[in-house]
Amino acid sequence: MTDVTELLAAAAGTATPIKLTRKDFVNDVEVRWCPGCGDYSILAQTQKVMPDFGVPKENIVFISGIGCSGRLPYYMNTYGFHTIHGRAPTLAMGLKIARPELMVWVITGDGDALSIGGNHFLHSMRRNLDFTMIMHNNRIYGLTKGQTSPTSEFGKRTKSTPMGSIDRPMMPLTLALAAEATFVARTVDTHTEHLQHTLEAAGHHKGASFVEVLQNCNIFNDGAWREFTDREFRDDRMLVLEDGKPLIFGKNRDKGIRLVGLHPEVVTIGENGITEADLLVHDQHAEDPYLALILSRMFWPEFPVPVGVLREVERPTYSELADAQIEAAIAKSGKGDLRKALMAGETWTVD
Amino acid sequence: MTTPTTGPARETVELDRVTIRFAGDSGDGMQLTGTQFTRTAAVFGNDVSTFPDYPAEIRAPAGSLPGVSGFQLSFSGSDIHTPGDAPDVLVAMNPAALKTNIIDVPAGGAVIVNSDAFTPANLSKANYAANPLLDGSLKAYRVFPIPVSTLNAAALEGLEMTSKQIDLTKNFFCLGLMFWLYERSMEPTLKWISQKFGSRPVIAEANKRALNAGFSFGDTTEMFHTTYNVPKAKLAPGTYRNITGNEATAIGFLAAAHCAKRDLFYGSYPITPATDVLQYLATYKSFGVRTFQAEDEIAAMGSTIGAAYGGALALTGTSGPGVALKTEAMGLAIMTELPCIIVNVQRAGPSTGLPTKVEQADLFQAIFGRNGESPMPVVAPATPGDCFSMAIEASRIALKYMTPVMYLSDASVGNGAEPWRVPDMDELPDISVPNVVKGEGTFLPYGRDPETLSRPWAVPGTPGLEHRIGGLEKLDGLGTVSYDGANHHKMVVLRKAKVDGIAKDIPAQDVYGHEEGDLLILGWGSTFGAIRSATERLLADGHKVGHAHVRYLHPFPANLGEILKRYKTVLVPELNLGQLWFVLRGTYLIDAVSYGRVVGKPFRIAEIVTEAERLLAERR
Repeated sequence: MTDVTELLAAAAGTATPIKLTRKDFVNDVEVRWCPGCGDYSILAQTQKVMPDFGVPKENIVFISGIGCSGRLPYYMNTYGFHTIHGRAPTLAMGLKIARPELMVWVITGDGDALSIGGNHFLHSMRRNLDFTMIMHNNRIYGLTKGQTSPTSEFGKRTKSTPMGSIDRPMMPLTLALAAEATFVARTVDTHTEHLQHTLEAAGHHKGASFVEVLQNCNIFNDGAWREFTDREFRDDRMLVLEDGKPLIFGKNRDKGIRLVGLHPEVVTIGENGITEADLLVHDQHAEDPYLALILSRMFWPEFPVPVGVLREVERPTYSELADAQIEAAIAKSGKGDLRKALMAGETWTVD
Repeated sequence: MTTPTTGPARETVELDRVTIRFAGDSGDGMQLTGTQFTRTAAVFGNDVSTFPDYPAEIRAPAGSLPGVSGFQLSFSGSDIHTPGDAPDVLVAMNPAALKTNIIDVPAGGAVIVNSDAFTPANLSKANYAANPLLDGSLKAYRVFPIPVSTLNAAALEGLEMTSKQIDLTKNFFCLGLMFWLYERSMEPTLKWISQKFGSRPVIAEANKRALNAGFSFGDTTEMFHTTYNVPKAKLAPGTYRNITGNEATAIGFLAAAHCAKRDLFYGSYPITPATDVLQYLATYKSFGVRTFQAEDEIAAMGSTIGAAYGGALALTGTSGPGVALKTEAMGLAIMTELPCIIVNVQRAGPSTGLPTKVEQADLFQAIFGRNGESPMPVVAPATPGDCFSMAIEASRIALKYMTPVMYLSDASVGNGAEPWRVPDMDELPDISVPNVVKGEGTFLPYGRDPETLSRPWAVPGTPGLEHRIGGLEKLDGLGTVSYDGANHHKMVVLRKAKVDGIAKDIPAQDVYGHEEGDLLILGWGSTFGAIRSATERLLADGHKVGHAHVRYLHPFPANLGEILKRYKTVLVPELNLGQLWFVLRGTYLIDAVSYGRVVGKPFRIAEIVTEAERLLAERR
C-alpha cells in the first residue's frame, strides 16, 4: 500500500483503505461438506472476492439459515451467524436496521429461502435493505438426505416423492423480481469466473441483491443442472447476459433471442433474414421489470438458461429512508428528550 | 370544579368512590368517552382505574349484541386498585348495550339510556320482546331515559353536517352529562377537542356543542335531584399523569434504552392487545428508536435477535399466539445468549381465543414453552404504572445476563389506566453494560463472567473479535460447534445456572398485611388490584392474611419459599386454571390452593374475598 493513499485517506477523514487478501477471510475451521460439493466453489470464490470491497473484515457479517449452505459462515473469517431454518433474512434485517454500516451477506439454499423462509425472502427483497442474498440452488434437500425442494423438477423422484413430485417448481428469479429486488442475478458454481464477477457485482450493489447460484449436489442430486451447465453444452444452452449487448448465445455465437409479441423466441442469425438488429438487447438498468421478467422465465430445454445480472436498479435503501425519517423527526421537534416524553400529556402535581 | 348555578335547587352528595360504565355500539365512541372522563378525573386529582372491554369485531352490525363495546372506570377520593366490581351508573346508548350490561348493575344502580335508540328495530336486534323502558323489567334500578339523539341533534342545528355525522357526536352529549353529574370540569375535553379537530372546525364545534348540551341538560332538567362530588385522593407527592399499561410499557423501554445507553429496536407484528406498544414506539423516532413492522411474528423475533447481535437494546412485542410463532427463534436467542425482551400482552387462548379479553394462561408457555432445556427469565408487571418499572427491570436482566427475557403483561394491565407518578430522571438506574473489546489472548465468545455467568457481548464491527455463533450447541469457552455429549451437559447446566442466579439479583418478595398467619393470597400480573382490595377487606374484618404479588416469575425471588411456609394456607388466584399454583407446588412442595377463573374478565374483589373467607372458615 502506498503512503500517499494513506495520507489522502487521512486527509479526507476516512479510515485507511485496507488491503486484505483472500487469506484474511480463511479461518482454521475444518470444512465439512461432502467432497465434490458445489459449496466448496462458492466458498472459495466468496473468499476471493471479499478483499475487493475494501471493507474491514470486522464490518462484514455472514448470516445463514439451515441446510448445507448454512455452514458457510463458519468458514469465513468474519463475523458470522448460523441461524435457524428460513430465518436468516430476518436476522439480517434486524442487524442492518440496527447497524446500517455493516456489510451483510445472507447465505441460503432453495429449501431455506423458498420454502420455510419464503415469506422472509419476499419481504427482505421488497424493503431494499442493503444486503446480499446468495441462494445455493441444488434442487434438493441435501442435509436431510434427499427430499424434494421448491425448485425440484415436476415429477422428480426423491425419497419423499417416490412416485414423482406433483408440485410445480418455483422460479426464484421471477420471485425476486416480483418482490422488488433491486439486483437480481444468476450464476453457476462451476463457472468460477462468472461466479466471482457476479458475487462482486452483487456485493457492490446498494440495496437488496439476490443471486441464485446453480449448484450441484453430487450425493443426492448429482448432475442437478448438468444438461446445460456442462462444458460440452454450456455455450449452446446458456445465455450469458451482458448489459447493453444483444442476447446472443451458441458455440458459434449465431443464436439469439428476439421478441415476438410478448413471447421470446430463439432464432438463428443469418437464417430467414434475421440479423443482430432483430435481437433483444439486454438492459439490466431498465427501470421497468418486463425484460428481466421475460429472462427470468426462460429455461432449458425451451430456451437457453440466462446467467448474469438480470436487473440492477437504484432505489433508496431501507436504512437511508429510515435515517431520513429519524432526521426529519429531530429537525421537527429536536432530539428526543426523555423527561419530556415521560411528562407528555396532562400532568398534575400532588404536594 | 363546576357547580350548577342556573338549574333547579339540588344537593351535592360527597362520595368516596364512583364506578361508571359507558356501553354502546363499537362505533359509538365508548372507549373515547371513557378515556376522556378518566383523564378529567385523574387531572382533577382522583385516583382512577379503568377497564376497557371491547369486542374483537371492529364494527359488528349496529345495534347488535356482539357489537357492544364498554368502558368501565372507577374514580375515587382514596387509593383504589381496581376499576370496580360493579358499576354505580350504567350509560347505555342502545338496547343491546343495556341488555349485555344490566346484569352487572346492582339493584338500585343508576341506568342512563338513550331512549331514542329504543326503536322496534333496535329492540329486535337486542332480542327484546318488549321495550324494557316500558314493561317494568327495570324497576330494580333508577332509570333515566333521555332522548340523547334528539337533544344532541337540536344542539348541533345549523352546522353543515350530515345526520350521520351529527349522530356520531352523541357520546359527547353523554360525557357532558356525566361531567355535570359528577361536578367535573369540561375544560380538559374542550382542549382535547380543539387539538384533535383543529383542522376540521365544524367537527370541533359539533363536539364542543354536544358536550355543552349534555352538561346544560343536566343542569336544567328536573330529572336529577343530586349531583355528586368525589374529592381528590391522597396520593404520594409528585407529578402525575394518567397512563395505560401499554403506554407505560412503551416509555418504559424508551427509558430503558436511555439507561442502557443503547439504541432501541422494536420488531413487531400487529396483534391485539399488543399493537399499541408498536404504535407508541413508532412515534419516538426523534430518540433514534427504530421500529420495524415485520412480515410476521417469526420475522419480528428474528429481527430482534439480529438487532441484539448488532448491539441494540432489542425487543419484540406480541400476544400469546405470536409467542407461539416466535418460540423457535426464542430458543436461538437462548442458545446464542443474546439479550432481548419478548413482550407478551396476554389475551384469552388457546389459538385465536378471545382476542380482546384478558387471561393469564401463557405462564407455562413463558417458563417452559420451548424445545430443549431452554431457561428464560420471566417478569410480570402488576399494574399499568408498574409496566414502566418492569420494562426497565426486564432490560436490566437481559443485558446483564445476556439472555432473552419474557415480559408478561396482559389485556387488562395493558389497556387499563391509572395515575402514574412520573419518576425524576435521577431515579432511573444505570443498566448499561459495555461491549467487549479485544484483549490479551484468545477471544472466548462463550467465556463467562464468574459472578453472572454471562458471556461477552462482541458486536460486529469490533476488530479482532470476529467469531461465529449459531443455533448449534457451543463448545464451552471457545463457542465453536460441538456435538460432544459431555460438553452439551455442561452447557445446559451453565445456561440454567445463569438464569437461576438472577434470583440473587432481584428484590426480595414483599408481603402486604400480616407477615405470617392464616392465609397468604399470592398472585401475579394484573390481578394485583383485585387481590390487594380483597386483602384490605379481609384485614379490616380482622383476618390474619397477607398478600404477596410476584413480579419475578422465573426465577422466583430467593425468599419466596420461606414466605410460603409462614401461613397455614396459600391461595393462588389466577386468570387461568392454576399455572403459577402448579409451579409453586413443584418448586416448593407446598399444598397451595388454586382459584382459577377464565371468563375473559378481571377478578371481582368480592370473588376473592368469598374464596378467602371459605378457606379461612374451612381450615380454622
